[in-house]
Amino acid sequence: MTMMTASEDNAAKSAKRFSVDFKTLGPALALLILCIIGFLLNPAFVSEGNLTNLLTRSAFIGIIAVGATFVITAGGIDLSVGSMAAAISGVMIMNNAVETLGTGVPTVLLGCGLAILLGIGAGWINGALTTKGKIEAFIVTLGTMGIYRSLVTYFADGGTLSLNFEIRGTYRPVYYDSFLGLPFPVWVFIGVAICGWLLLNRTAFGRYCTAIGSNEAVAKYSAINVDRVKTLTYVIQGLCVSFATIIYVPRLGSASASTGVLWELEAIAAVIIGGTVLKGGYGRIGGTILGALILTTIGNILNFTDVISNYLNGTMQGLIIIVAVLLQRSDWKLGKSGKS
Amino acid sequence: MLMKKALGMMAVTGMLAFASSAVAQDKIKIGVSYPTPTHAWAAGMNWHAEQAEKRLEKLYPDVDLILVNSPDPGAQASALEDLVSVHQIDALVVLPFESEPLTDPVLNVKKSGAWITVVDRGLSQPGIEDLYVAGNNPELGRVSAQYMKGRLKDGDNIVVLRGIPTVIDNERFDAFMAEIEGSGINVLDHKHANWNRDDGFEVMQDFLSRFPDIDAVWAQDDDIAIGVVAALKQAGRDGDGMFVVGGAGMKETIKSIMDGDELIPVDVLYPPAMIATAMDATVNAFKSNGPVAGRYILGATLITRENAENYYFPDSPF
Repeated sequence: MTMMTASEDNAAKSAKRFSVDFKTLGPALALLILCIIGFLLNPAFVSEGNLTNLLTRSAFIGIIAVGATFVITAGGIDLSVGSMAAAISGVMIMNNAVETLGTGVPTVLLGCGLAILLGIGAGWINGALTTKGKIEAFIVTLGTMGIYRSLVTYFADGGTLSLNFEIRGTYRPVYYDSFLGLPFPVWVFIGVAICGWLLLNRTAFGRYCTAIGSNEAVAKYSAINVDRVKTLTYVIQGLCVSFATIIYVPRLGSASASTGVLWELEAIAAVIIGGTVLKGGYGRIGGTILGALILTTIGNILNFTDVISNYLNGTMQGLIIIVAVLLQRSDWKLGKSGKS
Repeated sequence: MLMKKALGMMAVTGMLAFASSAVAQDKIKIGVSYPTPTHAWAAGMNWHAEQAEKRLEKLYPDVDLILVNSPDPGAQASALEDLVSVHQIDALVVLPFESEPLTDPVLNVKKSGAWITVVDRGLSQPGIEDLYVAGNNPELGRVSAQYMKGRLKDGDNIVVLRGIPTVIDNERFDAFMAEIEGSGINVLDHKHANWNRDDGFEVMQDFLSRFPDIDAVWAQDDDIAIGVVAALKQAGRDGDGMFVVGGAGMKETIKSIMDGDELIPVDVLYPPAMIATAMDATVNAFKSNGPVAGRYILGATLITRENAENYYFPDSPF
């Protein structure tokens, strides 16, 4: 533990750009190896269609994981994101404005606006309960995880909520259409990633997150408004969940109790694979994005081969996640020795 | 004083006991216990149970059906105890959460003298239930395979999307493969899509990237089939006689079969309404002059455009 904090301080002191690039190498290497394995198993892996599918699929977890990077960097954790996504999609689908606004763009925009408000609100609840309520983030978000999940079950009467057929026609292009060869969800993913990177690496807010995650007490003495910054990280997380939901809903146009199950763990896994430290104090957006890509690629490759028994999919996923983090951690040490 | 009071108490309790036995005698009380609906199929079951309750109580004013749902096996065990001690049921219709932990609680209800009807999930000891009502998982696989054989020819390619790795999934899959064997139809690969739309979409996307020539898809389940259809449409491979066979009997799927959808032309029934079948049969055990005890295994009916209307319940959540 002490070793880790020491090296973090080291990293913070050393030239920022260099260390960021160097540490990205671990997860990038893992992703590259995965892609080579995929190609060797089946050359169709690198077909344009499959790569587009991969990127689009990564967008949900990726966008949520960008938010999770802030929460985790500031020493928190959010377990409620999967349930939150399900609840928000449920509300979006139940949007009753069809009668007054018709089935056109205004209704869809209203739904998206609603989603963003809900995401911010849900994130704020998590943040306020953690900071003002002084409850551990793990417990708060475990609680809201159950609440949001059961809300969607309740909305759907235990079944599945489905989007009005005409609205689906209006809304569908948001998931299925492309701009400059890349589907819209990928553009949203890129946009969120760039904003996240700037916010974490180029603003005072980003530095506050890192400072609070390293040592909350010291941050407080340094006149940082700890409660506000921490609450804001949850609000950012909520906002990211809304963006993910907005591009998720047009895919199948439905929400049920099984929507977004285990997304929270996938998002956290993506963050950690990417090199962010789970106990906080060090975050990397670039790594998070690679982490999300790695997770999706594993699932994709397993679907591309029948060499491994279906029943062992979980084993392969677990192994690859551990190896990816191992690669990244050993690289970390290398970086340190290179600098000292 | 004390004696008088005690006598009075005895008289009161005696009267109460008499009153309650009188009530128990003129009403046939049937407890119906099943898991709390958390997914569409179970929600459909809940709806059908409520419908059957209304219908049967109207038909037989002396029948009282008590519906109880429980969120976990422990809660269901307690609910069964309450049905015996509080309601003094004459019969129990139960869809066990899990076989193993509920076998003893159901046995205790049996010891109270009640008639036992078990639905869908069998108990781990034979001979407890008077009546067993269930869908037919191997038959679902076999009927689906027979339809495939009828539509496809030697050398055609299909892919299979399976459910959550469980006994149910294995029974369906093994029967399907046994029926397909020797027909010359190639099963290119099979992957688990966990009875889930999102997984169905992603697994099918990958199958489409991997195999340039697919003639049909066995999705085993209506939720998976919805994801599969979205993936086919996205890839523009939903034409050329491509078709998808799901299963269960979701109302949206049945509606589109009624409307003549070519992509999902049929469905194979594994109906949540089986709880209503079980309730009907249990009431008949008290009302009919015919014998009821035994095993009632529903057929895995092939739903086509011709008979779809019989299986369409627009108000059910499933």
